[in-house]
Amino acid sequence: MIQVRELRKHYRVHRRAPGLLAALRSLVRRRYDSVLAVDGISFDIPAGERVGFLGPNGAGKTTTLKMLAGLLHPTSGEASVLGHVPRRREPEFLRSIMLVMGQKQQLLWDLPPAETFELNRAVYDVPRARFARVMAELTELLEIGDLVTKPTRQLSLGERMKCELAAALVHEPRVLFLDEPTIGLDVSMQVTMRDFIRRYNERSGATVLLTSHNMDDVAALCPRVIVIDRGKLSYDGGLEALVRRVRPERRVVLHLERPVDTHTLARLGQVVTNEPAQAVLQVDERRLRDTVGRALGELPVTDLTIEQAPLEEVMSELFARSRAEREEPAAP
Amino acid sequence: MSLGSTVRALPTLLRVGFAEGVAYRAELVVWILSTTMPFIMLALWSAVARDGPVGRFGQTELTAYFLATFVVRQFTGSWISWQINFEIRHGTLSARLLRPVHPAIAYAAESLSIVPIRALAALPVIVLALALGVAGSFPRDPLAWLQWLVAISGAWTLGFLSSFAIGCLAFRIESSLKVMDVWLVLFWVCSGYLVPIELFPQTARTLLDWLPFRYQIGLPVELLTSAHDLAQGWLLIARQWAWVLAFAVLSAALWRAGTRRYAAYGG
Repeated sequence: MIQVRELRKHYRVHRRAPGLLAALRSLVRRRYDSVLAVDGISFDIPAGERVGFLGPNGAGKTTTLKMLAGLLHPTSGEASVLGHVPRRREPEFLRSIMLVMGQKQQLLWDLPPAETFELNRAVYDVPRARFARVMAELTELLEIGDLVTKPTRQLSLGERMKCELAAALVHEPRVLFLDEPTIGLDVSMQVTMRDFIRRYNERSGATVLLTSHNMDDVAALCPRVIVIDRGKLSYDGGLEALVRRVRPERRVVLHLERPVDTHTLARLGQVVTNEPAQAVLQVDERRLRDTVGRALGELPVTDLTIEQAPLEEVMSELFARSRAEREEPAAP
Repeated sequence: MSLGSTVRALPTLLRVGFAEGVAYRAELVVWILSTTMPFIMLALWSAVARDGPVGRFGQTELTAYFLATFVVRQFTGSWISWQINFEIRHGTLSARLLRPVHPAIAYAAESLSIVPIRALAALPVIVLALALGVAGSFPRDPLAWLQWLVAISGAWTLGFLSSFAIGCLAFRIESSLKVMDVWLVLFWVCSGYLVPIELFPQTARTLLDWLPFRYQIGLPVELLTSAHDLAQGWLLIARQWAWVLAFAVLSAALWRAGTRRYAAYGG
């Protein structure tokens, strides 16, 4: 379905210091740097899978998605999507994929979204009966019935994003690349988008590759994650396994009848927070059963839950480790 | 996309392009006003020709020439380079590149979709030309009208392709707007838009014959005002289409090289 081998992308970037003198100097002599955005990554994604593509800002996630969608030509390496070489942008390939960028839009700004839907119907050569069926489904699932006749420029960000997604799915792509699909949306709209993406994947069997800084998106949608940092792949596997590998500890959330001093709590595990009615302990997975038993026996506990470390913390630690590993060989 | 699919998509591309073109009424009126330069030139040249014809141009010929210039400009103008330049710089070209219709076809459809609106602006001028009695300057031979249709199609295609090629330079030089500005200055001077080509000195005319600008305005206007016989007309049309071919090759090469460099910034 998607195969990536040793994919690389260099950008040539013009650099200039601030100030008038630097501006004048740049007229005569320009300084260019080569930036390695993606540095030899390889992975495979089978049909129908939902995969989170994660990394800090500037890691090369969006560049990779753009190469897989055929927008960018790789500097070296190979990519294959549905048996096509993306950079050739063959019509059959373009009819089978879509890239939705949360910060960019394909909707015609001055016209209602219905015009973009109709335009996409025509350019993707979707038969009218199929178009009517798909639009009826999308309108119901995304609740955009009363939005499609308003000019796009008059829609809110969330409304636009829903219409953007509908426009992207008019031709029912078999591979969907989503770049920050919930960026800027309120919590309820984020939930709507996630539900919709999952249902689309389950119903159509489409492959979904998603980048997001919102870990709720990843947790809700992606059983598998691929992590890249500074263009290099640092993890490819299950989300659960990643969390266990980076943070093998569990969080024990204790709901307390009355306050307990931190010293007492520290005997059971590392205290993450201690508030009058609730305390959070971090405990090694192997000591979990013992800790829970002691907490229930020794403390005024009214309720207790066991959680994994928040995904944000896991990712942050993973990125910090990657940076440390990179810097290590350079150290004297 | 197959040819059949592209042809099936064209009516929608044209209709949506038209809807976008008429989205802002005030902008539309201002745009029409911005193309009235031929009327100013008509007033200037009429003052010059008050005491006697300039070359073969008396008052009637000048009126026919500049009214025809206005009409031809309405049908052949192309501003696509600004749009391409913007879309490359801001990364919005990506949305076009993801669609299975070649962006050149989409740009061409958008340019063509505005022609009916421009025709509305041209209509009163055609009526005015008839009222002013300049109809005598128009060709009587049906073959000459056929020639004019070929020439006006060539002029539109040449204008579109040159604008497209200049827009594609933004892939390499990051902004090609200044190139378009220089091109437009040359176009105004060398196309017959401000000064009929016949009024240039012989050496300059020879040079202008070999440049592309004349074939975007001057040739269709000259054919509309019966300045050439049929044989001479076909010769000039052959040169015009040679330029069309040259710009088609250049545009294809610039597009091909440009999309390899495209960085899709901004998203």
